[in-house]
Parts: sequence; structure tokens; C-alpha cells
Amino acid sequence: MNEQLKPLLEIKGLVTRFHTLDGVVKAVDGIDFEVYEGETLGLVGESGCGKSVTALSILQLLRCPPAEIMGRILFEGKNLLELDREGIRKIRGNDISMIFQEPMTSLNPVLKIGEQIAEAARTHKNMTRQEAWRWAVEMLRMVQIPGPNSRARQYPHSFSGGMRQRTMIGMSLSCNPRLILADEPTTALDVTIQAQIMSLLHRLKDEFNTAIVLITHDLGVIAEMASRVVVMYAGIVVEEAPVKEIFKDPRHPYTQGLLGSIPVIGRKRQTGRRLQEIPGIVPSPMETPSGCRFHPRCSKVMNRCCRQEPPMIRLNEHRRVSCWLEAHSTVKKSQAGGR
Amino acid sequence: MLNYLIKRLISTIPVLLGISLLLFFMLRMLPGDPAQVLAGQMASPEDIENIRHQLGLDRPIYEQYATYLSRLVRFDLGLSARTQNPVIDEIWARLPNTLLLAVVAIMLACLFGIPAGIISAVRPYSWLDYLVTMSALFGISMPVFWLGLMLVVVFSVVLKWLPAGGTGSWQHVILPSITLAALVIAFIARMTRSTMLETLSQDFTTTARSKGLTEKIVIIKHALRNALIPIITVVGLQFGLLLGGAVLTETVFAWPGLGRLIVDSILARDYPVIQGAILIFGLLYIFVNLVVDFIYAFVDPRIRYD
Repeated sequence: MNEQLKPLLEIKGLVTRFHTLDGVVKAVDGIDFEVYEGETLGLVGESGCGKSVTALSILQLLRCPPAEIMGRILFEGKNLLELDREGIRKIRGNDISMIFQEPMTSLNPVLKIGEQIAEAARTHKNMTRQEAWRWAVEMLRMVQIPGPNSRARQYPHSFSGGMRQRTMIGMSLSCNPRLILADEPTTALDVTIQAQIMSLLHRLKDEFNTAIVLITHDLGVIAEMASRVVVMYAGIVVEEAPVKEIFKDPRHPYTQGLLGSIPVIGRKRQTGRRLQEIPGIVPSPMETPSGCRFHPRCSKVMNRCCRQEPPMIRLNEHRRVSCWLEAHSTVKKSQAGGR
Repeated sequence: MLNYLIKRLISTIPVLLGISLLLFFMLRMLPGDPAQVLAGQMASPEDIENIRHQLGLDRPIYEQYATYLSRLVRFDLGLSARTQNPVIDEIWARLPNTLLLAVVAIMLACLFGIPAGIISAVRPYSWLDYLVTMSALFGISMPVFWLGLMLVVVFSVVLKWLPAGGTGSWQHVILPSITLAALVIAFIARMTRSTMLETLSQDFTTTARSKGLTEKIVIIKHALRNALIPIITVVGLQFGLLLGGAVLTETVFAWPGLGRLIVDSILARDYPVIQGAILIFGLLYIFVNLVVDFIYAFVDPRIRYD
């Protein structure tokens, strides 16, 4: 699928730490993944696993200090972490833009909707005030805001949550970026509005040929939108796979747990099992468990899991998983193949 | 908008009535007899009685208040017991001086206080922030008369750059307005710092940064505009207080303003002037608050009056 394509974004050994009065918090602890042109990559995990911090680290929107970002973030081969403030500013909103989780608080309450879209275009595309305003109205039309001409002159408080999120999408697309980081774009919205926003995002992504990193804990959204999935747990990547394979054959017990916790109508009748949950909570990033970070909550825990961190096992070109179960079965397979 | 304005203007009437009532009776509770003060130490009891009759002080107090009120609705503030000039003329003679000092002081305060607050919010816990915080603490805790005297010593006595007191030229305004502004600068800087710290950590500020806007635009256009409401409130309140006259500063610099007029009148038990001056002060204060409320609506589109 991706062999001939060059990655648009490569994250290598990304570590994001926060220096707090209580100690050092490792929110992201050495993750790697790639995003290819025009694809949608799902970044999945429970709250507090480091998904949002990863996105904010890419655009360096965290206040440093207390945050400290290490590793390499290569965008079109260029390491974003080596850019100066002016350099990263020119990337933000122009090549890589972001959609946030809370549409109610992400727009500036005292500036007109049109102005908030237009200012990005004015900054990056050297448009005049009138050109940028017309462009903003055009973006509002594109995200299907009715009456965009008059709506552009209104303030966020006259917009509903769904309309504000459409505005955010229009804003993020206004400079025709190569990559959009969508951080839980539908979490704060009604279910019906969620579907509208997702289909809108899907259509515009194809129209603009933009890649999307879709951060969510909603596997339904992933099934519909993403082509590949990266599963994160407690600041690290535990599994990566094409979307179809992850639903058909999840390898990591955590991924299996996530999928098992989706309610399915008629499951009990079909399988005799009730809705499953993953016991416990995500560990605090200040005290990560020894060995495999998931072992205190894992249903298939072995002795080794408590002592040693599992290696990342590459199953094939597109799949990798970090679990001792896979390590053992891979060793057995290779031994069997050797004979 | 117009309806709201009319409502607000009508609501000033009971407020002014309340001020006049409270003031009238509180003044008459003060120890000391105005007739005695006017007549002097050597006056005979008959003279004092005459003066008391002239001023209408021998009539029952509710009758005095009724007379005062009936004159007030005809915009007649009466005559000064001390100078026999109409009270309104006494006030008019002082008001421009007070206004000049208040306007200059509040402009200085905004000019220095707001940028100082922004700087310390943008770089919190830096040496610049500590410098601003320490200066603000100094500005708030320093007695006004002491600062005034120190400025006179340095700039008038030692350096001989500026006049030590009085009015007449723009040089006369500088020292008293700096003295007045010091406290207000400190207030504004602290308020700006705390509200800016809050707006700088809000989601929309992150959105603004994620669009690739320059730091200057993020701070001024996005964060500061949202922080303006509390800043405007402080500026309005402080300006209202300055309009009432700054008694200590006016005394140190021999500045003929409302504050000194009120103090002199209190010492002479000149009831009509005290009543008139404080009523005008109340009126100005109400007006400033009204203006502040309208500025709110201008700054924040969510605020509407109808």
C-alpha cells in the first residue's frame, strides 16, 4: 500500500516530558510512526495515553518549559524540532493545521467568525484584507454553513457546536495544508452532528488531498475514516495495523480489550459473552509499571511481562505489535521454519 | 440601546436622591456649629444667632431638607456660607483642574500599567515579571503624600526642573499626575497580568498559535482583547475616584481642585458647598460607570443592552 510512497510525516523516538513540581511526567515516551500523503491515520487510545500531547508536540504548541520535546519529527524530510520559532510558525496553519476537541472554547469569542478564518490566509498567503475575507466566506460555504456571507460577520456565540466545529474545519483547510491533526474533532458533539462532521471531513480530505491524523478513542469513527491505525497506551505505541486487520485480528491484548468494549447488539446471543471492559485505569505517567506497561490490566499476563519491556515485533510490512505473546509465537514460527 | 440609556439615566435620580439625603443628615451630625465657625471666636451670642437665622439653621431639620431639595430640582445648589458665592461657581472654578489631573493620571496609568502587565504575563516568573511585580507592590504600598514630597525634593528642589506646586503651565501638571498615577499603574499592571495569564492559557489562544499567527498578534489581538473587560473595570473605577479629587496630592502640590475645596469646606462647616461638591462627584461617578458599561458592549460582542 505505502511502499512506493514517501512518508509525509515521520515521527522517530518522540519523547515529551513535563517538568512539574511533583516530578517529571513522561506524557509521550518514545514513539515512532509515519503518515503518508493523502491518507488518514487513526491514533487511538484511552484518555491520558498521550495522543493529544503527540499532536501538540508536532506543532510545538506546548509551553516549553515546563514541556520538553525530544526525538525527531520529520515533515517532508525536514526536522521540525530543529526549526526556530519563526520557522515552526510558518509551518503552523499553512502546511500542518489542527482541529481541536472543544469547539465551544477553541474559537475566540470577541472576533468575527470571518476574521478568524481570514487571518490565517492573510498571514500565510499574503492576501489583502478583502481577498482574505472573500476567501473566508468561501471556506464557510465549503463547510456547508448556510448564508456564509452574513454568518461570517457573526461572532462564535451565535453558532451552534456543530457549526463551530465546521468553522474550525474550514479554518484548518483555509491555507490548503498537507496534513491536518484532528484531535477528537467530534467528541464534544451530538451523535447526529458527529456523523455530519465526519463525512464533511472525509469529503474535504479527498478534495484537498490532505493527510489526516485522526486522534480519537471512538473506534467507530476509526472504522469509517482511517486507513491505518496506531494504538497508544501510557505514552507508547503498542500496535500498528491497517484498519481492516485491526478489527479482524487484533494482536495486542489492549487492542483486543478496546474492541471488546464496543457494545454490539445481539452479542450475548451470538457469543454468549457480555460487554467486556478493561479492568483498572491508565497508569499515571509519573509511575509507569515495570516491564510491559499494560501488564497490571492484561488478561493474558505472564511472568516475563512484569519484569521486561516487550520489544516491538514487526509482523509484516504494515503490522507491528509490542507484546511478549507475539514475541514467543514469532520465535516458535521462525524455529519451525528453520527446521 | 437607546431604551437602556434612558433607563440608566432615570435610575440616576433615586441614586442622587439617596446621596443627598444621607449627606444632608450625616453633615448635621458632625460636631461643630457652622454659625459659630463663621462668626469667629470673638462673636457675641446674638451675632451667632443672627447668622444661624440667615442660614436657616434655626428651622427644623426636615424643613431645611425640604427647602434644599426644592432648590436642588431647580438646579440651585445655594450660596457658599463662607464666601457667599454661588456653590455652582465655586465648583466650576475647581472642576477643570481636577479633570485635567485625573485625565492625565489615568492616561499615564494605562500607558504604563497595561504594557507592564502584558510583559509580566507573557514571561511569567522571569526577572522582568519580578521587576514589574515588585514595582507594583511598591506603587500600591507607598503613601501618596510621601511620594509627592520625594518627587518635589528631587525634581523641584535638587534638579530644579519642575515647579513644586500651583497651576498655570503644562510643567505644573507633571509631578501631581505622576504622584496620582503611581497607585493606578500598580493596580492596572496587576489586573492586566492576572487576566492575561488566564486568557493566554485558554483554548482559543492555542488555536490562534496553531494558525501560525505571529506572537504579537496572538498576544494583542487574541489574548489582550479578551482580557480587556476586567482592565476597563479597574480603569473606570480608578478614574471615578480621581474625579472626586485627590485630597492629599492636591494639598502637597497646592493644586486648586475639588478635593481641596471639599476639605476646606468641611473645616469651615460650609454645608452648601460640601453638599454640592459631593453631589457633583456622585453624578460624575455614575456617568463614568455608564460609559464603562457601554465600552463593555463595544469590546465584547456577547454583551448587549436592550
